[in-house]
Amino acid sequence: MKKIFGRPRSLKPTPTHYCPGCGHSIVHRLVAEVIDEMDMRGTSIGVPPAGCAVLAYFYFDIDMIEAPHGRGPALATGVKRVLPNHLVFSYQGDGDLAAIGTAESFHAANRGENITIIFINNAVYGMTGGQMAPTTILGQKTTTSPPGRTPLLDGYPVQMSEILAQLRGAAYIERCTVNSPPAVMKTKRAIRKAFQYQMDKRGFSMVEVLSPCPTNWKMSAVDACKWIDEVMTKEFPLGVLKDIGAKEAGKEKKS
Amino acid sequence: MQGNCVIGEAAIRAGCRFYAGYPITPQNELTEYMAEHLRKTDGGVFIQSESEIAAINMIAGASAAGARSMTSSSSPGISLKQEGISSMAACELPGVIVNMMRGGPGLGNIRPSQGDYFQATRGGGHGDYRTIVLAPATGQELADLTMDAFDLADKYRTPVMILADGMMGQMMEPVVFRKPKPRQYPECYVLKGAGNGKSKFIRGLILDAIEMEEHNWKLARKYNLISQKETRCEIHEAKDAEMVIVAYGTAARVAKGAIRRLRSMGLKVGLFRPISLWPFPTRELRELSEHIKHFIVFEMSTGQMLDDVRLALQGFANIDFFGRPGGVVPTPAELSNVVSRRYPQKDAYVDRFLRFKVVEGPFGP
Ligand SMILES: Cc1ncc(C[n+]2csc(CCOP(=O)(O)OP(=O)(O)O)c2C)c(N)n1
Ligand code: SF4
Repeated sequence: MKKIFGRPRSLKPTPTHYCPGCGHSIVHRLVAEVIDEMDMRGTSIGVPPAGCAVLAYFYFDIDMIEAPHGRGPALATGVKRVLPNHLVFSYQGDGDLAAIGTAESFHAANRGENITIIFINNAVYGMTGGQMAPTTILGQKTTTSPPGRTPLLDGYPVQMSEILAQLRGAAYIERCTVNSPPAVMKTKRAIRKAFQYQMDKRGFSMVEVLSPCPTNWKMSAVDACKWIDEVMTKEFPLGVLKDIGAKEAGKEKKS
Repeated sequence: MQGNCVIGEAAIRAGCRFYAGYPITPQNELTEYMAEHLRKTDGGVFIQSESEIAAINMIAGASAAGARSMTSSSSPGISLKQEGISSMAACELPGVIVNMMRGGPGLGNIRPSQGDYFQATRGGGHGDYRTIVLAPATGQELADLTMDAFDLADKYRTPVMILADGMMGQMMEPVVFRKPKPRQYPECYVLKGAGNGKSKFIRGLILDAIEMEEHNWKLARKYNLISQKETRCEIHEAKDAEMVIVAYGTAARVAKGAIRRLRSMGLKVGLFRPISLWPFPTRELRELSEHIKHFIVFEMSTGQMLDDVRLALQGFANIDFFGRPGGVVPTPAELSNVVSRRYPQKDAYVDRFLRFKVVEGPFGP
């Protein structure tokens, strides 16, 4: 009998600790599937963050090294420069990437570091119990913005993909989500493209995933998926923010 | 060769193939040396990082991927590296960190100082760990100890710090680079991708308390082994000494000059110079106290190594202290004045002013 669906080889056969309806587990699977499809399980190194995904090394069946909170891109840089032909990615939440680790992600992108960041934007600090994140939406209630995020006191949601896309070292940046089957497929294609760019040594790549956190949003999983469409994507529009490949292809066409 | 460059050259010869650093005086020449020379080696990577925090994490990644790795900085930058040093100790990753100390706390100044002794020898970052700390006092030692640092880091899979100061970094002395030992580091600890086999991971997070406790005890046993095996010190002019100066690094150089003057005055003064600051050579110092009962600790700080000397000698000998913090490097003349005044007196009727000339120091005789 032909097997048409199974667990990716790059995922361990263990249940995860993620809440029901959480985007992390979906993205884990997508990353693992892409690694399998690219036949890179043996030559991939992942860098999990401090955040809900801190135990990712229990789930991925590839070599991994934990980074201190926010330092993933620096650690991945060290790994990648020593193993330039390996697939190296760091996996980070929004607090990790856009608050404490802003400098590390910004400069990894600016150096055109040949790594990929899988950026899980769930608009809160998941692991520590739902505090305000740099990506928290205006008006969104969190444990540290009880009346809702107010620009005067709390500043504005940070759009990291737009910011990093401006840097010349960034080769590919796309914002996706995983709140519906088509969105999941699209995210997978983005991850595949990012990894492919990395293997082609084209520079820094990042896939931002708007990811449901029903637990800290205090919603059902279904409502969380709706909230992404109705609220989150207004602040964080989906789409490709940078693709030097497309630009090069466009140039070719013109000439 | 200039001190900072000696470290760079010794590191490259020892097989260092990854360096990341952020500019800070007084160690910039080391970063610049690596920028120029490391990139010329086969596979050598130099990165000017965005911060000291990034630098230490880069070397952690490079070390995990199997490269001999180094970073360097000076006091304020070393404070920023503590998160990463703690993490490397937890993950048992080898790496070499150079601290060319300057005056502090805070931004302080860029003058040579020894105010980071506590930070270096007590681990420095959070958690129950230690870092091997080596304190060179000559150009030759800068070369030798840098090579040793890489070997020790590999042997014990732990970060090793070279603790020197701006003076050591700037001074010029001739050095001979010895042939480095071939690297012995078990492949099983290196992340290379899982290949066709089992995947592995490196982590410091251990949520289960019992498991974490076991990890702490495992590290503690390693630190005990290091304490037993890796203490280093130099004992100088101590055979007939009535009094011994305890000093390391630049302070020990000053002390040697002072001892020459003191001996020419007829005062029997020697030197005990810890080379490994952690592990501190407690046993060796205690042995010395079997026949010497007067010690004076001399540091370019308000008294930090003093604590370790007290732990070694309290109840066995008299312990005196002289310190100049803030980036002041006292001259041998000043130190010899201080020591001569505190030199133990055996005979109530001796007037030492008649026996030798008191040398003027910056604060008068
Ligand atoms: C230096 C440091 N500061 C704070 C923490 C505590 N901490 C752990 S995870 C986290 C935030 C995680 O939020 P995010 O990055 O958005 O990831 P998520 O959990 O939402 O996936 C914080 C603040 C830490 N581990 N280290
Ligand atoms: S707290 Fe949120 S991000 Fe964390 S596992 Fe639960 S749903 Fe996912």
